[in-house]
Amino acid sequence: MSVKQSLRSELVEDLASPSTGSGQAVHTPLLDVKNLSVSFGGKEVVHGIDFTIQPGEKLALVGESGSGKTVTALSLLRLVMDADLSGRSLFRGSRGQIDLLTLPERELRAIRGQDIAMIFQEPMTALNPLFTVGEQIAEVLELKLGLGARESMQAAIQLLAETGIPEPERRVKAFAHQLSGGQRQRAMIAMALACQPKLLLADEPTTALDVSLRGQILDLLDGLQRKNGMAVLMITHDLNLVRRFADRVLVMENGYIVEQGPVSDVFERPQHSYTRRLIDSKPARDNAEILSDPTRPPVMQARALRVTYPVPLPGLRGWFKKGEFVAVTGADFSIPAGRTLGVVGESGSGKSTLALAALGLLPHQGELQAAGKAWGPDAARNKAIRRVVQVVFQDPFSSLSPRLTVEEIVGEGLLVHEPDLPAPERRQRVLQALAEVGMGEPQGSVTGPPQDGMRSPGGQDVVGLLQRYPHEFSGGQRQRLAIARALIIRPELLVLDEPTSALDVTIQKQVLQLLQRLQRERGLSYLLITHDVDVIRAMAHEVIVMKDGEIVESGPIYKILDAPEHPYTRTLVANAG
Amino acid sequence: MSPSQRAWLRFRRNRLGYWSLLIFCTLFVLSLGAELISNDKPLIARYNGQWYVPILKSVPETTFGGDFQTPTDYLDPFIQQQFAKPGNFALYPLNPYHHSTLNYFAKEPNPSGPSTENWLGTDDRGRDVVARLLYGFRISVLFALVLTVIGVVLGIITGAVQGFFGGKTDLLFQRFIEIWGSMPELYLLIIFAAVFDPSIGLLLALLSLFGWMGLSDYVRAEFLRNRQLDYVRAARALGLSNWQIIWRHVLPNSLTPVVTFLPFRMSAAILALTSLDFLGLGVPPGTPSLGELLAQGKNNIDAWWISLSTFAVLVSTLLLLTFMGDALRDALDPRKAEK
Repeated sequence: MSVKQSLRSELVEDLASPSTGSGQAVHTPLLDVKNLSVSFGGKEVVHGIDFTIQPGEKLALVGESGSGKTVTALSLLRLVMDADLSGRSLFRGSRGQIDLLTLPERELRAIRGQDIAMIFQEPMTALNPLFTVGEQIAEVLELKLGLGARESMQAAIQLLAETGIPEPERRVKAFAHQLSGGQRQRAMIAMALACQPKLLLADEPTTALDVSLRGQILDLLDGLQRKNGMAVLMITHDLNLVRRFADRVLVMENGYIVEQGPVSDVFERPQHSYTRRLIDSKPARDNAEILSDPTRPPVMQARALRVTYPVPLPGLRGWFKKGEFVAVTGADFSIPAGRTLGVVGESGSGKSTLALAALGLLPHQGELQAAGKAWGPDAARNKAIRRVVQVVFQDPFSSLSPRLTVEEIVGEGLLVHEPDLPAPERRQRVLQALAEVGMGEPQGSVTGPPQDGMRSPGGQDVVGLLQRYPHEFSGGQRQRLAIARALIIRPELLVLDEPTSALDVTIQKQVLQLLQRLQRERGLSYLLITHDVDVIRAMAHEVIVMKDGEIVESGPIYKILDAPEHPYTRTLVANAG
Repeated sequence: MSPSQRAWLRFRRNRLGYWSLLIFCTLFVLSLGAELISNDKPLIARYNGQWYVPILKSVPETTFGGDFQTPTDYLDPFIQQQFAKPGNFALYPLNPYHHSTLNYFAKEPNPSGPSTENWLGTDDRGRDVVARLLYGFRISVLFALVLTVIGVVLGIITGAVQGFFGGKTDLLFQRFIEIWGSMPELYLLIIFAAVFDPSIGLLLALLSLFGWMGLSDYVRAEFLRNRQLDYVRAARALGLSNWQIIWRHVLPNSLTPVVTFLPFRMSAAILALTSLDFLGLGVPPGTPSLGELLAQGKNNIDAWWISLSTFAVLVSTLLLLTFMGDALRDALDPRKAEK
């Protein structure tokens, strides 16, 4: 309770501090949210927040996952199921000022889509797969503006053209799956803008897109915002995006708005410690570099590596033959001992396939060697080489089996590679591995009564930790568990497949620091797969850039980032901000 | 707390399902001891200074002053008179009829209505309906349990093999299931009932042959989903063998539909046995069974006590199972699990 009170007092101070009042304060705001609280089944997740949006303003709402930012936006339109809302949300619409939270459902429906529109994070699931894009945009126009079928289809083509979709006449008849990710998001935007709303709620509009597309979508939103003069409430966790897009920013933490103000002020003089931590969370390169030891042979080498997937052929031919989809072709690389090879590229460029091949889980053609020996699914039966290469996956929620305890998960590798190890020693090794990833300390509430004889060196009760299940840990802790699971059998190469992209920025920084420390201490090599240039900048020594299954550029980190040659690399680096 | 413990807590929070489970288990345990509750032999008897345990050991009638060497009919008024003599006594079970006991001493013609002697009357051969129901319930539930266990084991194995290995294995198995599933199950049963002597074992075998397919599809789907999750990949990278991965990782995470369907499969099995018995294709004649009682009720439509009581037992059994199933489904629902 005391934490909340202190937060609340800080909040009051923040609000009391004079914001750079331009002429805007004179106008009545477009949206005036007062003391908004949202709770689910008696549990409050948003605690009485206040904010305003002026007409034509670009407001960003930032915070980490679980901070309540999406719930806040959705509850403005009362789109959250089973939520209890309290407070007021005054919207100045076409019929004067109304409270969105008490408006009858029927009248609220008139506001939704017309005065306030929304775009979502994942356009693939936000568009109905059974209707064409045109039909879906036309539906809005027919419903809200009462246009006829032919007129609304014309208007839909017009809208698609405005959002920069090439050949709108043809695309209007396309289904969601026939469009690329960027085009889908553009179509979503076209749909949201169909009725020229006064306020656009954009919930992580670029998160599901590739880096090179993010900038384009942002520019599009920016242009349309200026043209239509609408206000935008952008929900995001990406500070680069805020800096680039928004006028004013609200920072949310645990259901409180801890700081708000013009973007430049907040970024240059963050008042609240949480804001400082957020801004500070850009992954940093550890200064204490180790030089690679030239006497050690490379951990992994590939020459003309080619990986294909069988795909069914259409018609009768498919009965006898399988076609092939080339995911990676002609890949040459080498991972020196104790160094990190970064692999960047957008989704579909073959980088995850490369990771699976490096793990020896996919059949391949060409040459691939791990620890000087031929490597692949057949060689992987040899347990001695198997333990050389281990993996950490992107999603910490699907990478740990939910029905095993921490001890079972982390100790699993020992069961395979050192089956003769007696149980107490195995437990000791598990504890050691956990300590190494910073999980040796008691993690918050430790469940279960302490048992005799099982105390960590520091006298802490760690049995609770060993007997807990993955769902009791946060994303960052789970990622640490995944790292411990890989480290326990002492591999030489760790394949990191987007190791931090599912984590909040502050956690991301901690995990990257952990990985850098482990590399220093143990001389580990990493194959780091990512789409995030910031992560590459912090971690990699060598970089390869992939596009459409081919390596388009490779070289030392400084060369790739400072003087990119390939046009794709250039957009990538430019968009990283 | 492990995920299954959490599911159990959620199950307990559903009062209807939890109480259904308690009531069902109590009834089942009681029916397992049916011989002690409903039997035509006294639990213990004393006659002329000697102790007898007739329920365990058959005693000839001559022992108690009868005329024949045959096993004693303890419902015979003469025998009961003998026990009523001072110094003698017999402790009868709560309901003094076995399911096969013919009540030769009923006051009305068979089927006779409810009376103080036969609480729910007798069937058309003079057997006590309460006893028939009790033993019939036991057979139904035991049959359903065995059939469910066999079906679940077969379903998990076949589903796991299809889902985990995928590809050609999956393709061939699926075609086999399609062919197998299109066989006319009921006609096969009729044919087999004509060829072989009817027995519970035969019924179990035949129904098991066709009962595993539904579950196998669910397990297959779960395996297909789970085998490509990251924790399975990580296990592969650690070097676990296929069977280790199935056993440690995929199987425990694929059992949700299996557990959810358990009560519903039980009730389906009870219903299947009942319908077959009703048609006369089920258990051998003389075996107490709910379906056979229903058939009697149909044939003796004015003997309402047969059909009504059987109907009540059947409906409450199925209802209890359905309530349990609902609660279980809610308890295992991943969306509710998150809250």
